This record gives sequence, structure tokens and C-alpha cells, in this order.
Amino acid sequence: MKHLLSIADLSRADIERVLDVAESFAEVVERDIKKVPTLRGRTIVNLFYESSTRTSSSFELAAKRLSADVVSVREAGSSVEKGESLKDTIATLSAYDPAAIVIRSPYAGAAALVARYCSAAVVNAGDGKHEHPSQALLDVYTLKRRLGTLEDVNIWIVGDVLHSRVARSNVLAFTRMGARVTVCGPPTLIPRDAASLGCEVAYDLSRLGEADVVYALRMQRERMASAFVPSLREYAACYQIDGRRLEPRQLLMHPGPVNRGIELAAEVIDSPQALIVDQVAAGLVVRMAILYELLSGGGEEGATRRPHLETVEQPA
Amino acid sequence: MNSVPGPPPARPRLSSAEGRPAELLLRSAHLIDPRAGIDGRNDLLVREGEVAEIASPDAIEPAAGTEVIEAEGLHAFPAFVDPHVHLRTPGREDEEDLDSGTRAAAAGGFCLVLAMPNTDPVTDNASVLGSLHERAALEARIPVGFLAAITRGQSGDELTEMAELALEGAVGFSDDGVPVASAEVLRRALQYQRLCGGVLALHEEDPALSAQGAMHEGAVSTLLGLEGIPSISESTMVERDAAIAGYEGGRLHMLHLSAAESVLAVERAKGQGVAVTAEVTPHHLLLTDDAVRSLDPLFKMNPPLRAERDREALIEGLRSGVIDCIATDHAPHARQEKEEPFEQAPMGVTGLETAFSALYTGLVVPGVIGLDLLVDRMTAGASVYGLPAPMLAKGSPANITLVDLDAEWRVGETGYESRSHNTCFAGRELRGRVMVTIASGSVAYRERGFAVRLADDSLAAPGAQR
Repeated sequence: MKHLLSIADLSRADIERVLDVAESFAEVVERDIKKVPTLRGRTIVNLFYESSTRTSSSFELAAKRLSADVVSVREAGSSVEKGESLKDTIATLSAYDPAAIVIRSPYAGAAALVARYCSAAVVNAGDGKHEHPSQALLDVYTLKRRLGTLEDVNIWIVGDVLHSRVARSNVLAFTRMGARVTVCGPPTLIPRDAASLGCEVAYDLSRLGEADVVYALRMQRERMASAFVPSLREYAACYQIDGRRLEPRQLLMHPGPVNRGIELAAEVIDSPQALIVDQVAAGLVVRMAILYELLSGGGEEGATRRPHLETVEQPA
Repeated sequence: MNSVPGPPPARPRLSSAEGRPAELLLRSAHLIDPRAGIDGRNDLLVREGEVAEIASPDAIEPAAGTEVIEAEGLHAFPAFVDPHVHLRTPGREDEEDLDSGTRAAAAGGFCLVLAMPNTDPVTDNASVLGSLHERAALEARIPVGFLAAITRGQSGDELTEMAELALEGAVGFSDDGVPVASAEVLRRALQYQRLCGGVLALHEEDPALSAQGAMHEGAVSTLLGLEGIPSISESTMVERDAAIAGYEGGRLHMLHLSAAESVLAVERAKGQGVAVTAEVTPHHLLLTDDAVRSLDPLFKMNPPLRAERDREALIEGLRSGVIDCIATDHAPHARQEKEEPFEQAPMGVTGLETAFSALYTGLVVPGVIGLDLLVDRMTAGASVYGLPAPMLAKGSPANITLVDLDAEWRVGETGYESRSHNTCFAGRELRGRVMVTIASGSVAYRERGFAVRLADDSLAAPGAQR
């Protein structure tokens, strides 16, 4: 793998390679000293053009745990505010010879553009409504840890599929791993030809009982302004995952941040079925694995070199 | 084709810089002109910028001072007409001007282009239009016609002074770039057409259905998470406006059709006797939304590249005549504007320098359409606006494109005549290359290598002189 731009580019073997590496990092983060020298001396640029807590902090921490030097640039206060184009920003940051650039942008195609204009490995940390591949990989990792396999697991993704890059990446990643996926939401928030992604489509929760895993999407309040649904009240009445709808055997996931009382009722968020905190923890090791795979991995099919995991010696 | 109603305009509708009338002989070229009923190897003599004689090969003895082009193995067509280009003048001369735009056109084999009025300021009054004609008389390498806006500032509200604009040489009227969203405003324009004449050329799109769409709505937009522009955004407006034109008895031209449903709508309107014509671009005939998977902004334009079934319907429409002509919708953009993420980049691609070669390579070589049909549809844009179509006929002004159909070239390998390089065919290997373009009686373009070869030949043969 040269870049991580979209799940659509990945094979099942690619995904499994990242997951295997993530497994080995899981042991590292449980140590007292959680740092390994794998990427010592290499520079990673985090370029976030859109607000983000989880993704930016976990990429930053992942890079630091691998001993890389990290530069984080946010739109506010940067030259982007002064009208610099993305291409020029990339040219400027390329002067530091980064090994990887992690980019989040509100525009689909931004990561692909960065990959065209620099020689660093590019990680798409979310581009518009297109894809969010690291989220999908951490979700697969979380589920695989809990269930052992995704083969024939029945997953329902519920909510605003139309505007969700998480939904797109996750449908592709879950199906590549052998799961059966159904997307469900208001008909106005399901994209045209959604089934062409390789999933089933449902418009109500009557068959939610079939699901082994329920993956709820964030319902963005600003969508109300465009009248995609008549009211949040009606949305919650039709699609909210609550204690009545969620069966005890079903697992619950959510990419965060959660709107309590809208897509999820408080009782399910705090229930033991919820993997939401596991997802955040998985985010760190999976992002470490992504950086490792792009910058040090073998890249050849089945030829993954396992990372050397001796702890970094602490300076006195 | 329908004639244009109304009185003849005072200012000529086409302008170009004065050129030297050509004196030349195309020796033994394969002439194809479906309109003139010619298809075969012939000599063609141009004298004082007019087609003076067409005769069997080697039958014509040129007078002294006549340039002889040994055209054995080459094809000569009536030069092409592009009824839809954006020359970005006034306002964005950094992207294109009348000189560079008409040079690009001549390099593509065109002898006439019609420019759209979405300039800055908008070509919506007689002074802007008049100044464009005056500049064209200084700069344009081939004749140019200018459409004027239907509504002031292309805002869709009030009609422009269409009668005065017609007298100032407006070749037609269009708000291209945006639709005339209000049915009431379009109806008034059609009524007013009885006074001022001039075809109303419509960019058909329902802004509410297109919203912030960046590409065709379908499986690919779903995969890419890009907002879609549905086919019905175009086709419902084609149907609406054809119905209004039928009711008012007006004359419409539908710009850049992209959707199968729109072709059907035009076919139905024509069947009902509505005075409507339609055009299609090379990129819609050759590419689909599949190309957008790359997220390369060179594949972003409006209307968007659609599905394969749409492409097939457009080709069928071109064959059957439901679609009258080919137009490039040549839309230059500054380099930095296309170096943005797909979702942010502006819509539009250049097309003048690649139109013939791309269509010849993509449709004629594989046998999808015949060469004569391509030549017909690439010259038919003139009649849509009531202008004489270029013809290879004795007494006609010389409008001739000499093409080497066997030449293979890579788009962009020798740069571009246009100031902008945003072609969706960049880097493609194409067959068929324009060698010489004669527009309105003057040589407007010679391919460099070909010109050098000719010069060498004429040195070798002292009898033939320039």
C-alpha cells in the first residue's frame, strides 16, 4: 500500500494485513512505556481542514507512539485562512520531507489531490462525504476482536447514509470481510443506487432483529435545515436505537460524537452491548498500524514484516 | 432546420480579422461533403478565397502564385462549426481571449465559432456586444459570432434589450451556464422573439434538482459520496420549455444534451412540430461517469458525464438526427482552478483542439458512426442559427479542413493553442489530425510539422511557389 485513500482501493488481504499489525500494537499500548522506535526520525504531517477530536488526536498519538516527529496543521490560524490553495500548502509542507501526510477535508477528492502533488504516503482521514477509511478499519478491528470473524455477520448501518463517509467506507470494508450489510434510514437520506455498494437497503427498523451488529450513524442537526426529514422528533421515533429496539444479543457501534436522545437513547450507549469506547481505543492501534504499513510495511502480498516492538529507552 | 424569424440585423453577425484570400490547390485530396454530395478523390482549387473549381485528380493546372498542397492520402472536409464556446472575453482573458480561442478553434479544424455571453460583464447590452465585434475584427483568426444574454446579468429576471442586441449582431440569445429557471420569463422571451428574431439557446437544468451536485447521480456518485445531478434535472426542463415553445410558436435550441430522457423529450417535441434543435458535446458522446472515479477535476463539467445508457442514447440521437449538431462547450479554466479537490473545482473542459480527433478515434474508427455523419454533425451548427453551412462547392467561400486520418498523436504533446489546458482527453492517443484549416477564404491554421514538410517540398520543386 502506497496510500490509504479509500476502502474501495483495498482488497481483503490489504485489510487483514493492517489488522494483523494492529494486533501486535495492541500489546504495546498496554505497557507502562507505550512507545516503540519504529518510525524514529521520520516526519508525519497532520493536516486537518475540518474539526475533529477523535481522528486528529488518535493519528497524532499514533505517530508519537511510533517515535515519529509530528506536525499538526489546522485550518484556523494557518495560511489556508489567507487563501493559500491546498496544492501550495502541500508544496510548502513537502519541504519538510514528510514520510506521510494525514489529511481531513470537507471536500471529496482532497486526499486524491494531495497524493497527486506530493511523494509522501497519504492517509485520507475523511474527505467530504466520500470516505473515511481509517474509521472503517478500526471498526472492522473492533468487531473482529469481539466476534473473531465478520464472515456472515449481519450488520445494520442505521441513519443518514447519504451524508456519511463512515457509512460508505464501512459498507465496503464490512462486505469485503464477508459480512452481510443492510443500510437503513429515511428514504431521503439513502443515496440513489445504494445497493450498488453491495448492501441491502431498508427504510424502517421492522427487520432490525436480524442484525448481529447495529451501527448507528450520527444524525447531523444541520440536515434539518434542508428538510431531509420533517423533524428530529419524527426521526427519533422512526430510527432511534433504544432499549426496546436493541435486543440483548446485539452489539451496538457508533463513530461518535453521539447525539444522545436522537440516534441513540442513553440506556443503550451505557449498556455493555455498546462497543463505542472500544472503537476509540481501537482507533489508536489501527492508526499506528496504518502508519506502520504505509511507511515500513513490506507491501507485498502476504509478506508483512512484523514490527520490532522493543520499547524506546527513555532519556534520563 | 427552421429559419430564424425577424428582420435582418444591421451589424453583420460574424466578425473576424481581415485575412489574405487564399490562392491554393489541394492536389488529389479525398473530399467528403455530405451536404454537397461529394465523396471521392479530387483536386480542389481555391482562388481569391473562394472554391473556384473541383475536378478529378491532377486535372487542374494551377496559375502562377498558387500554393500547391500535395494532399494525396489526406481528407478534406467542409471546415467545422462550433456553435457553443466560451471565449472568456471580456473578464477572464487570462483563461482565453479572442485570439487564443480562435487559434484553438482553427487548430481543431473549425471555421466558425459562436461564443456564449456568460462573460464578466455579461454580454447583455449593445455596448459590450459591439466592443466584442470590434475586438474580433482585430484579433479573431476565424469568424466569430456572439450570443447575447436572454436576461440582464443572466439573473433570470428581466429580459435584455433583445431587439437592440439583434441589430448589434447578436447571433442568438442564451443564459448558458445557468437555466432560465422561471417559466414566465422564458415565455416572455419566446413572445419577444417575434420582434427581435434570434434562436433562444437554453441550458436546461432545474436548479432545485441539481442543488450543489458535482457529478451525475448514480452508482458512482453514491460510491464517491458526491452530491448528484440527476438526469431529470435536465430532462424535465427540456420537456417544460419545449411545451412552452410549442404553445408560443417560438424557436429553441437545446444546449449540450446529456441524458437519455432529454433525447426522448426532444424527439417528442420535434414529432409534435415544435421548432427545436439540439446539440451534444464530444465528451458526452465519448465518456461516462465512470471516468469520475479518479476524482480528477478534468472530468468535472456541467452537464456532467452520465451513464453508459445515456451515452448510447446520445449517439443514437446523433445518428437519427434528433440531435442536430455537435458543439464542444469549450470552457477554459485557469490552471489553479482545476488544481482543487474535485468537489471544489469549477465545472468545464476545453474541447476545440480535440473534438474531431477524439470523435473520429472514439466513434468512427470502431465503426459506431460513419465519417460522413461526423462531418455533417460537426458543420450543422451553422444552420441551427440560420447561418450558411460551410460547403465544398464551386462559388462557396473556402471553408476547408484538411485532415490526415492516419496521423496518430498524443493530446498535449505539442502544447495547446488555447490559453487553458483543461481537456478531459489530455494524454490520450488519438487518430486523425487537422493539418490545414481555411476559414472564410483565408488559411487560419497549419500544423507545424506539415507546414515544414510543405516548405521542403516547394523548395524541392521550383515550379511550385508560394
